[in-house]
Amino acid sequence: MAREPLVGRSVPRVEDERLLRGNGRYVDDIAPAGCLEAAFLRSPHAHARIKAIDVSLARLMPGVHAIFTGADLHGQVEPMVFQIAKIVPPPVRESTGAWSRVHPMAALPTERATWVGQPLAVVIADDRYRAEDALELIELELEPLPAVVDPLDALAPGAPLLEPEWESNLALHYRFSNGDVDAVFDSAAVVVEEQFRSHRHIASPIETRGVVAQPDPYDGRLLVWSSTQTPHQLRDFLAGALRRSPETLHVRAPDVGGGFGPKGAIYPEELVISYVASALNTPVKWIEDRSEHFLATTHGREQVHTIALAADADGRFLALRDQITHNCGAFNILGLVVPYNSLTHLVGMYAIPAVDVEMRAVVTNTGVTAPYRGAGRPEAVFAMERIVDRVARRLGIDPGELRERNAIPPSALPYETGMIYRDGTRQVYDSGDYPELLRQARRLVSDEDWEARAGAGREVGIGYAAYVEGTGVGPFESASAQVIAGARVRVAVGSASQGQGHRTTLGQIAADALGVPLEAIEVVGGDTNAIATGFGTLASRSLVVGGNAVAKACAELRAQVVEAAAGLGFEVGADDPLPLGPMAALTPFNPGRPAGAPAVLRAQAEYYPGPVTYAAGVHAAVVAVDPRTGEVEILRYAIAHDCGRAVNPQIADGQVIGGTMQGIGGALFEELVYDDEGQLRTASFMDYLLPTASEMPEFRTAHVDVVSPLNPLGVKGLGEGGAIGPMAALANAVEGALAGHGVVVRSCPLTPDRVRALVRATEPPVPTAQETT
Amino acid sequence: MSEQLPIRLTVNGAELSAEVEPRLLLSDFIRHRAGLTGTHVGCEHGVCGACTVLVDGEPQRSCLVFAVQADGAEVETVEGLAAPGAELHALQQAFHEEHGMQCGFCTSGFLMTSAALLREHPHPSDAQLLDAISGNLCRCTGYQNIIRAVRSAEAKLAAQAGDGTPAAAPAGDADGA
Repeated sequence: MAREPLVGRSVPRVEDERLLRGNGRYVDDIAPAGCLEAAFLRSPHAHARIKAIDVSLARLMPGVHAIFTGADLHGQVEPMVFQIAKIVPPPVRESTGAWSRVHPMAALPTERATWVGQPLAVVIADDRYRAEDALELIELELEPLPAVVDPLDALAPGAPLLEPEWESNLALHYRFSNGDVDAVFDSAAVVVEEQFRSHRHIASPIETRGVVAQPDPYDGRLLVWSSTQTPHQLRDFLAGALRRSPETLHVRAPDVGGGFGPKGAIYPEELVISYVASALNTPVKWIEDRSEHFLATTHGREQVHTIALAADADGRFLALRDQITHNCGAFNILGLVVPYNSLTHLVGMYAIPAVDVEMRAVVTNTGVTAPYRGAGRPEAVFAMERIVDRVARRLGIDPGELRERNAIPPSALPYETGMIYRDGTRQVYDSGDYPELLRQARRLVSDEDWEARAGAGREVGIGYAAYVEGTGVGPFESASAQVIAGARVRVAVGSASQGQGHRTTLGQIAADALGVPLEAIEVVGGDTNAIATGFGTLASRSLVVGGNAVAKACAELRAQVVEAAAGLGFEVGADDPLPLGPMAALTPFNPGRPAGAPAVLRAQAEYYPGPVTYAAGVHAAVVAVDPRTGEVEILRYAIAHDCGRAVNPQIADGQVIGGTMQGIGGALFEELVYDDEGQLRTASFMDYLLPTASEMPEFRTAHVDVVSPLNPLGVKGLGEGGAIGPMAALANAVEGALAGHGVVVRSCPLTPDRVRALVRATEPPVPTAQETT
Repeated sequence: MSEQLPIRLTVNGAELSAEVEPRLLLSDFIRHRAGLTGTHVGCEHGVCGACTVLVDGEPQRSCLVFAVQADGAEVETVEGLAAPGAELHALQQAFHEEHGMQCGFCTSGFLMTSAALLREHPHPSDAQLLDAISGNLCRCTGYQNIIRAVRSAEAKLAAQAGDGTPAAAPAGDADGA
């Protein structure tokens, strides 16, 4: 008797009720008895020599227990060395000459501060109020040094050096070259070159970061609660930096209030709080406030592309050249991850015979950058899709039509790009239907008279953004499944949720693989004691890598249960539901438990994916722009998407729409602005504007889901996809709307100010009084 | 060291009295003194709305109110929407059904803002609805399902009240197929 599979159904989320009743448990809800609270003193300068930090007065404040500076940590806490940033797989090095270098980050520096917001000291007090009082009394003597903020300036001769032992600020470099690009450029019918800037923004989950470290005198272990996407990585990192065995550390990520990438990084505050709690032998909590979040949680997206595209007279792309300058911020903490994603997602769904891309990633006196939803892809897609539109305009071809002419047809798949992916394997688009994605996106915006809807005085533009996304990167993910009391199965995963609904989707996968109802499954994660190892939730990989690990563990567990059930006289066919009766009978303390039955029914599996599997999408934005005010209204935002097999369509759509809305925020409203001295001028929600419900456009979606041939579940990642397209789609739409004015959109966000400035620059100058006389 | 002031207030119907520093935020009082951690703090400068609670029936950002200012007030938090073990409030049920939440961190604020809205306007216009919830930030959902959830709750509450008024059509339908 085959059962109706749960995979593919919009099962309501099992995690909701607890959260809806206010019974969620986020890090700030963890309150061990006697817990002290921490506040960090942060650098007010982007670059400064630390002359003295005098804490003597602050230490005398009532309620203050301790203050630690870098000097106090010296010899106790190893500087943070981001090993992952050094990784260059040999095939990547061979094909691009890639190299990456890293300088260690002191958890609290003693010599120099290199960005505004870098932690310099920590106060531990009875509560946060008193800790912040004491911050005011710390005397900080800093000698300001010249700072460098802009990534292009960082490469100029004589630029201030972030790391004096380096001869330049270049932290990472690669160059990929395929075909005779110069020759093609010399002979092509049309060549368009532009410089586009992807501006800096921040993920800004509504829950900021937080850490609670709690020493256990019973066994000497340290329990660290952190709002992290990667508890196992944090455990191992802390073990190295604190010089203790990972086995003495227990890291838990409870409910996490949004991640989007930044919570996958490892931070000095996590290290400092863990050390301080051990040193004081008492629980210590630090909860980041929002202004700290803007300064000290990783940023993303800042790249400058000098890009050129050559095409023939029919608009067929012949060659692409791009020089990318990427801003790492003050430290190169993740190496190739973001900069290399920009290479392997630049060309996207087009066939281009000759490609030449150079990457220069630099360190500057700004906040550290790291993956933010899309992680190098939105930046590359912005540059590529903008230059595609510039070519379309030059040739007088409709931008949608031009994209269809150049899209790789399904018959050419699997398609080898000639590049090596970040995991060291050859880049191959495994599955998808790019022309159909384009057709669907175009269809979704073709059913209305937009000029009429926009009304008089406003110009209408339609902009597209097409992209592919490698998803489900390795190296592995782990899962275990165990029969527990009550005829239930506990599934433990290495990739926990920050809102993605893994308890539901991974539960659906587990229930199908086992042949039991969803109610019989309990998914746990975010806990290094729940499962020995795990990689974490990032890079659109949980469903692909974690999901297949769950399916594998549960299939193995099913086999064990079937065998045990046979011993009890239950015959279970291959397609039969798993009978819960024998499972209950097999629990250890059941008095009726048959002699000789296995004491534990448990399966553990690691899933090692092969090359990534390709999701894809085409966004189409329709905007009305008022050239007199610069105001942009999105009349409709359409998304055609390929996410492979959707495990839970409602959750899948939630990811796509949510990601798209984040992208829209970046395209229209959000920007982290540093001044020339490296002061962040947008460190509150009053200055950094997140979109609200009032900014939500009318959405239309279409699925062109092609099941992945690369993994047993046929799934593709979809956490990041929505955020990849909006910057490009909206910039293209706004430029299209203002085509009559001849504007070129070279960066976002497209605030009324910026749009108005673009229009004004094309208008004849208003004669001044002097000129008219 | 600091002066402590006595306050008395009700939180979800329970009377509480405490001695607090004048600078203690209502959000911190609710979370750390009353132990009701369903109210979340997202920005502490009154923009994100995650900490929204009802003070004498009005939605307030509890991070912008001192606990002493709530002396004598009736405060309602997300924990008061449905008693433990009791059925979910119509809004909670609707947020579940419509997938109007992902990480759940902003959800309490949206629930309390929407609860106040639907008490005052059982059938709000689209403009009233957007106006009410635009003071709350959500970074996960893109808002579409939150709006659907509030509309669905509107219908549920009307049905519970035996109110024959038909609910307005949901806004922003995204079915493009």
